[in-house]
Amino acid sequence: MSILTQVVLDGLWAGMLYGLIAAGLSLIWGVMDVLNFAHGEFLMVGMYVSFFTGFLFKIDPIISWIAAGAFLFILGVLTYKLVIARILGKAMAPLLATFGLSMIIKNVVLNRFTPNFRILEGTLLEGRSFMIADVIVPLPQFATALLSLVVLGALYLMLTRTRFGWAIQATALDKEAANLMGINTEQIYLLVFGIGGACVGIAGGLLPSYLATHPDVGTLFGLIAFMVVAMGGFGSIPGALIAAIMIGLVESLAGFYIGPVYKYIAVFGVYLIIILVRPKGLFGW
Amino acid sequence: MNPTGFFRRFGWPVLLVILAALPIVGIVGEGFLSHVLILVLLNAAMAQAWNIIGGYGGQVSFGHSVFFGIGAYGAAYAVCVSETTPWPGVLIGALLAALVAILVSYPCFKLKGHYFAIATFAIVEIFNRLFMIWDWVGGAVGLDYTILEDGWKNFTWSVDKRGYYYGILIIFALVFSLVRWISRSRAGYYLRAIREGQETAESLGVNSTGMKLAAMALSAFLAALCGAFYAQYNFRVDPPMVMSLDMSMKFVLVTILGGIGTFRGPLLGAIVLVPLQEYSRAYLSRLGSGVDLIIFGLIIVLMMEFQPGGIMGIIQHYSDSKKRTSRRRGVTEASS
Repeated sequence: MSILTQVVLDGLWAGMLYGLIAAGLSLIWGVMDVLNFAHGEFLMVGMYVSFFTGFLFKIDPIISWIAAGAFLFILGVLTYKLVIARILGKAMAPLLATFGLSMIIKNVVLNRFTPNFRILEGTLLEGRSFMIADVIVPLPQFATALLSLVVLGALYLMLTRTRFGWAIQATALDKEAANLMGINTEQIYLLVFGIGGACVGIAGGLLPSYLATHPDVGTLFGLIAFMVVAMGGFGSIPGALIAAIMIGLVESLAGFYIGPVYKYIAVFGVYLIIILVRPKGLFGW
Repeated sequence: MNPTGFFRRFGWPVLLVILAALPIVGIVGEGFLSHVLILVLLNAAMAQAWNIIGGYGGQVSFGHSVFFGIGAYGAAYAVCVSETTPWPGVLIGALLAALVAILVSYPCFKLKGHYFAIATFAIVEIFNRLFMIWDWVGGAVGLDYTILEDGWKNFTWSVDKRGYYYGILIIFALVFSLVRWISRSRAGYYLRAIREGQETAESLGVNSTGMKLAAMALSAFLAALCGAFYAQYNFRVDPPMVMSLDMSMKFVLVTILGGIGTFRGPLLGAIVLVPLQEYSRAYLSRLGSGVDLIIFGLIIVLMMEFQPGGIMGIIQHYSDSKKRTSRRRGVTEASS
C-alpha cells in the first residue's frame, strides 16, 4: 500500500509541474489559436537562465525562478512581435514558424553552451526530503510542485477576477467585439504571449534544483505540454491542471508497474484514447 | 502554342528525360554532387507523397516518419535478419505502412486542426519508443547491414552511386506521375473539395472518409518506398534516424517551403533546401555544431513570415505582376 501511495505522490508532484508548463501553452492557444512549437525550448532557456544565475552568482533556483520568469516574459513578447504578429490566423504558418524558432533556439544554445549536461551542485534543497507516515517526499520535487500550484492559482485568479483577465477572456471569445469595446487586443496578445512565456520560464527556473540542464531537455516537456493542453481542452487552466496530473500519474504508475521504458508509451497511449473519445479534450467545448 | 502551354504539356516528360540522362553525360557518378542529387530526388519524392494527403487533402500530418520508418525497417529486416534480398521486405513494408496508416488515421480524422497535429505527434512518439525496445527489429541499436554484393539484386553499390540514382529516380517518377494523374482526375477534385469544406463536399455526395483514407494509404505506401530506399542507401536503420518528429518535419517542411498543394512545389522545395543543408553542413561545420540547423530554422521563419505560399507563391506573385503589366501595355497600345 505504501508503495502505491509513494508512486501516486511522485506522479502528483510531476503532474503539478506539467500543469504550470502546459498553462502557458494553453493560454496562448486559447487566446490566439497558436500552437507554440518552441514551448519546450522556452522551458530549456528558463533552465539555462536559472542554472547560470546559480552557477555565476550563487543564487539558488528557489529564488532565481523569478529571473527565469522575467527573461522568458521578454522572450515571449519578442517572439510575438517578431514571429507571430504578422502571420496570426494563417492556418499552419505560426506552428511552422515557431518550429523554425525552436530549431534556432536549440541550436544556438547547443553552439554556445555545448551539449554537456549541467548539474547545479549545492542547491538549498538538494537531497533533502521528509516523511509523511512511511512515504518519502523529496523536497526539491515537492517545493517545485507547490510553487507551480501557487503560480497556477495566481494565473487563474488573474484571469477570472481582474479587469485585465476579463479583457483577455473577451479577446479570446471575440476579437472584433473586444476591440469595439475599447480593449487594445494587440496589446492583450502581446502580454498573453509574455505571460505564457513567463509561466514556462518559472517552471524551467525551478527545475535545475533536481534536473540536469542540456539543450535537448525541453523536447519531451514540450510534447507533454501539447498532450496536456489538447487533453484538457484548449484555453482551460483547470482542465490543463487536471489533465497534467493525470499524465503525471500515468507516467509514474506505468513507469513503476509496467517498466520505465514503457512510461511514455503509456502516457501517449492514454492521451490518444482520451482524445479519440473526447475530440475537444476533457473540458473543451 | 505559347511557352507556358508547352511546359504544361511536355515539361514533365522532358524533365524526366534530362534527369535520366545525367549519369550518361557524367554528372552523376561518385562524388558529393551525386550524393546531393540523390537526396534532392529522395526529399522531393517524400514531400510529394506527403502532399497527397497534406496538400491536396488538407490533413496536415506530422506522422509520416512512422510510414517512412516501417518501409525502412521492411527493407532492412529482409536484408539483415532474413538474409534475403531487400525486395520482399520493401513490398511487405510498404503494404504494412498503408495498413497502419488506415488503422491509425481512421480514428484521428475525427480530430480537427491542432488536435489532429498533436495526435500525430503522439503516434510518432509511440512508434519511436516501441521500436526502441522491440528486440525483434534490433531495439535501440537498430539494424546494421553487412557487406553485400553490388547490383540491383541487393540494391547495393559500394562506390558508384549511379544505381542508387536510378533507383530513386524510379521512385521519384512513380510518385510524381501518380500525383500528376490524381490531381487531374476525379479523385483529385474530391480531395480538394474536402480540403476546402468537408461538409459541403459530403452534401454533394463525396465519401470524404473513404477518400481521405485512400489518400492517406497511398501517401503512406509511397513514403514507405522512400524509407526503404533510405535504409538501403545508408546501410543501416535505427529508430531516431527514421521514426522521429524531425524526420516527420522534413516531409512537411520541404512541401510547405516549395508550395503546399501544388505539383511542382515539392520538387522546388527539395531543390532549394537539400543543397543548402548539405553544403552548409559541409562548409559551416568549423563555426561549431548546429550552425546549419540555425540557418535552416531562420529560413523556415523568414519563409513563413513573408511568403507562406512557399517558392510557388513567389513564382505566382511574379507571374501575376508580369501578366498585369503586359495587360496594361495591351490597353495603352489599343487606345493609341
